[in-house]
Amino acid sequence: MAEPTRTPTVVADGVHITYTVHGGRPGGRGAATAALGRMLHRRKAPAGREVHAVKGVSFVAYRGEAIGLIGSNGSGKSSLLKAVAGVQPVDRGRIYTHGQPSLLGVNAALMSDLTGERNVILGGLAMGMSRTEIRERYDGIVDFSGINEKDDAISRPMRTYSSGMGARLRFSIAAAKSHDVLLIDEALSTGDARFRRRSQQRIDELRAEAGTVFLVSHSNSTITETCERALWLEAGTLLMDGPAKEVVAAYEEFTAKPGPKKPNQRDIAV
Amino acid sequence: MTTTLAPAVPQQQAPPAAEDLAALARRHGLSVSGARPSLPVYVRELWSRRDFITAFATARLTSQFSQARLGQVWQVMTPLLNAAVYYLIFGIVMNAKNGVPDYVPFLITGIFVWTFTANTVQAGTRAISGNLGLVRALHFPRASLPISLAFQQLQQLLFSLAALVVMLACFGEFPTWSWLLAVPALFLQSLFSTGVALVLARLAARTPDISQLMPFVLRTWMYASGAMFSIQNLAGSGRFPEAVVIALQYNPAALYIDLMRFALIRSFTAAQLPPHVWALAAGWAVLAFAGGFIWFWKAEETYGRG
Repeated sequence: MAEPTRTPTVVADGVHITYTVHGGRPGGRGAATAALGRMLHRRKAPAGREVHAVKGVSFVAYRGEAIGLIGSNGSGKSSLLKAVAGVQPVDRGRIYTHGQPSLLGVNAALMSDLTGERNVILGGLAMGMSRTEIRERYDGIVDFSGINEKDDAISRPMRTYSSGMGARLRFSIAAAKSHDVLLIDEALSTGDARFRRRSQQRIDELRAEAGTVFLVSHSNSTITETCERALWLEAGTLLMDGPAKEVVAAYEEFTAKPGPKKPNQRDIAV
Repeated sequence: MTTTLAPAVPQQQAPPAAEDLAALARRHGLSVSGARPSLPVYVRELWSRRDFITAFATARLTSQFSQARLGQVWQVMTPLLNAAVYYLIFGIVMNAKNGVPDYVPFLITGIFVWTFTANTVQAGTRAISGNLGLVRALHFPRASLPISLAFQQLQQLLFSLAALVVMLACFGEFPTWSWLLAVPALFLQSLFSTGVALVLARLAARTPDISQLMPFVLRTWMYASGAMFSIQNLAGSGRFPEAVVIALQYNPAALYIDLMRFALIRSFTAAQLPPHVWALAAGWAVLAFAGGFIWFWKAEETYGRG
């Protein structure tokens, strides 16, 4: 389906991603009793468990495309996105990109004890903007988030925000920068209806500025509205790659099927 | 994350052959995502992130006490209270001298200077493993994290030094020109501590258990560095072979502690410093920082795994 005249922006070539999990949680943290329990009961368990999250995925993305990633929880969508962004090391295979792809996400850089104002600056710096750039866009970010509409919320610590306000400010900071290749992981599910409409608009703008957009979402309608192409991942394998409508239809048929595979049961039992 | 799902739908589209993709990428001049940049490029990238490094450090420092009623007053209160406790225990209750004139200033300087190195090294062990969310979300030179945490500790030390000046004044030590020597001493110590923090950041990124082990290593190192006693007097006692005393004296932490005492305390004279002290302090600093930086950079593309 690739015409030779189109310019590729992201090429994934047989990508494998594995995680090593120490004692159930990265960082080896946990309650002392839990650690004791592990020592008592799971003495024979290996020190690090391997989780094979993505198993040999290949695709080519072209300039001007918006590509949706769908699949059940834990199918490797986010891992693949992070690998494209270059923040998750790839085990085998290669990912080639045009420029530096960026995840639309800045949450991890923000600190809830700081004021919204300082978080805008900190988040902007973390995304690689300069202080002058941030100063120029500061008002735009605050206005877009709309958190200052009722009171001077931007001068309060972020921990005092409602979850919706926090999400809106985070999205506004993240969306303030334009990118070559933009990767969006479930960003559209936050905020009230009005904010969602505005962020949808902003995504469209970013899409126009960026060469290629990847979107991970569990909302099938978001995928079909925003993307013309979709990749369907299941258990780390690429099941289908094609026009968004067809892929989403096949995925819906797959999820509607009652069967022996119930992904959530296992998790709930634990 | 669970990987137990068995795909029930057959693969619909075979991926193109691997050679094709690599060739396609090459033809269009795409670069490998997440590849490690060369050392000069890495240094340049790091330099362009200097604003983030300082802002991240300051943000962490201020968020530390933001829930407290007194807020940032604690930045100065904490070291002052620490110093007061040491004064109470060693100066009044035990009336300890350990054969050192001006023992309390000697002790407090030692403890504060040591705490800087110890905290920087300890923070280094958590620099990557404690910020995995950030590492996995945004693209930036990972050395920013240990360097930023070291900078945070340096800022904290400056608050401690303000408290130290107050304490020293209580003991009749007032600023003289020799206090300016504290600046190069502190600079060299910062370089050294950051270098060690970079080494530990890489080690602990693979083996997080190191941060559990570090407090014991650090406590041993503290006693070996004369934060609370004079290594010189130990040499005089004749209980230890000379090689051991020399090793203790020339260990970097002891050098930086002694240089700081030499700068700030009048009764601590050059005679109490080992020979070639500045050269050695500079040597340790350059060795640790350059070595630590290159060692950390060599694993740049692997941070964020596991």
